[in-house]
Amino acid sequence: MTTLLEMRGLNTYYGESHILRDVDLTVKAGEMVCLIGRNGVGKTTLLKSLIGLLRPRRGEIVFNGIALDRQAPHQRARAGLGYVPQGREIIPQLTVEENLLLGMEALPGGLGRQRGIDPFVYDLFPILRDFLPRKGGDLSGGQQQQLAIARALLGRPKLLLLDEPTEGIQPNIVLDIESAVRQIISQAGISVLLVEQHLHFVRQADRYYAMQRGGIVASGPTQELSQAVVDRFLSV
Amino acid sequence: MQLLFESLFNGVAIGSVLLIAALGLAIVFGLMGVINLAHGELIMLGAYTTYVVQLIFKLPAMQPLYSFYVLVAIPIAFITSGVVGILLERTVIRRLYGNPLETLLATWGVSLILQQFVRSVPLAQAAGLVLALALGFSLPLLLPQKLLQGSRNRLIRFGSWCLSALVGVLFASILGSQISRIARATSRNVDVTAPKWMRGGIEWMDLTFPVPRLVIIVITIVAVLGVTWFLNRSVWGMRIRAVTQNRSMSDCLGIPTDTVDVLTFGIGSGLAGVAGVAVSLLGSVGPNVGTSYIVGCFMVVVLGGVGNLLGTVIASFAIGLLTDLIGAGRLITIWPDMPAPLERVVQFFATTSMAQVMVFALIVVFLQFRPSGLFPQKGRMVEA
Repeated sequence: MTTLLEMRGLNTYYGESHILRDVDLTVKAGEMVCLIGRNGVGKTTLLKSLIGLLRPRRGEIVFNGIALDRQAPHQRARAGLGYVPQGREIIPQLTVEENLLLGMEALPGGLGRQRGIDPFVYDLFPILRDFLPRKGGDLSGGQQQQLAIARALLGRPKLLLLDEPTEGIQPNIVLDIESAVRQIISQAGISVLLVEQHLHFVRQADRYYAMQRGGIVASGPTQELSQAVVDRFLSV
Repeated sequence: MQLLFESLFNGVAIGSVLLIAALGLAIVFGLMGVINLAHGELIMLGAYTTYVVQLIFKLPAMQPLYSFYVLVAIPIAFITSGVVGILLERTVIRRLYGNPLETLLATWGVSLILQQFVRSVPLAQAAGLVLALALGFSLPLLLPQKLLQGSRNRLIRFGSWCLSALVGVLFASILGSQISRIARATSRNVDVTAPKWMRGGIEWMDLTFPVPRLVIIVITIVAVLGVTWFLNRSVWGMRIRAVTQNRSMSDCLGIPTDTVDVLTFGIGSGLAGVAGVAVSLLGSVGPNVGTSYIVGCFMVVVLGGVGNLLGTVIASFAIGLLTDLIGAGRLITIWPDMPAPLERVVQFFATTSMAQVMVFALIVVFLQFRPSGLFPQKGRMVEA
């Protein structure tokens, strides 16, 4: 399998506080990688550094053969990174349909070249079709999460970044989201980098990285993710 | 009945001038949150553009088309003010996003610079400069993308700016040699004379509606409808709304936020230029013409509720009607046997400038009770 994403020696700061310390991470094409760790160890910071919302002070990111270090978030999105942030970040006053359309901005030529929303997202999340004319901000948390994932997928990313997609969402929607993510990986061959606390979801991944105090402290195939490791890095 | 119509028409006329002047600010201040004190000077530039266009249409070659010069002046004024606005955004405001106090000071400085600019630079040269800027900004967009890639990029960009500058200088010298009135700098006010079809009025039911006022109302309606369509229906409008609501997420979705900023500011400034055309039809045009509108513009936007186009529309017509009601002393006509002390107060405020004082005082009182205007933003956006 070819390497899709490679991070080497990444160091990110918030002002003067050192958050990420020498992070190395790789994601291969078609692979699902899970990032685990307790609250505040820098998982979200890692994803934000990857999409470009935060600028790492040192280190390099190579994605699909391109050095991303100096690119703005919208250029990274167009290079094939789909971002589903923590808190979902649906544009509140725009309708569900407009939110989905904005997902297609990452396609070549932007939104202007596209016609209509690819209906595959309605197969993944049937509920979205019923809510098209509603304001994005009026949806419930779970619905917004589905919208955020659908929006990211419409940009046909090569790598999907999911930041705690099941946080604060009722269990039946968690299952919907899990099966949707699995379906994406098997059908479209999209790679996924997942930040997750939900053990059931973590077990779906091919490999895991465990973080502690801003650094990667353990990694390996998820089959080898022993209870001891889970107890050390995941449970609160 | 006649009183009602007259009052209504005057109110709408005053309101539509306010609205067209404030429309650009509703976008720049309301949507982007940029306090642009140079907005009045962008209006002033639009008014001067109308004057220059009028002189160009007086040239023998253009004489037959003279009666349509106002229609031509509208898009040209839009471009002129838009280009100056884009220059302002790229050089000054871009560096000050998120610092309202600094933005306020910087744009105030820019407004003084622009006022002095029209005093000390011949209008012919100013027109050449604007043309050069317009070409310089648009050439890289018009050229095929292939040319702009690779190592030649810088060279071609530099070349296109040189070409634009050359065209600008050429245009300025031709204008200067053909029209002596704009070949030299002057700080005196200039007058835009309306073409024949725009003089006089239309009579209806014993009432006369002055044509320039009607033209301004039509321009305002078209501008408001155009802006509404653009923001709500076009792809770029959707991008603008997305960026104003959640900048960082829009960026992550692949929206080029820099380009959206430039475009939004350019359109807001361009609308100030269109307002300038309207303003030039109402009175003489001078370097200070914008200053008299800027306060009213901010009042309208704040009263309507920042970031709300409908609020801006309603607020400007409300102010217009109220100004007419107080300023023309209509309260006495409506209620003839009002008690003497009250009548004296009404009489006192029954002039145009005192009516404005009264209206602004009322707005200040109103904002004490509803600080976020007639239509405040609701929902999660408020917290951000």
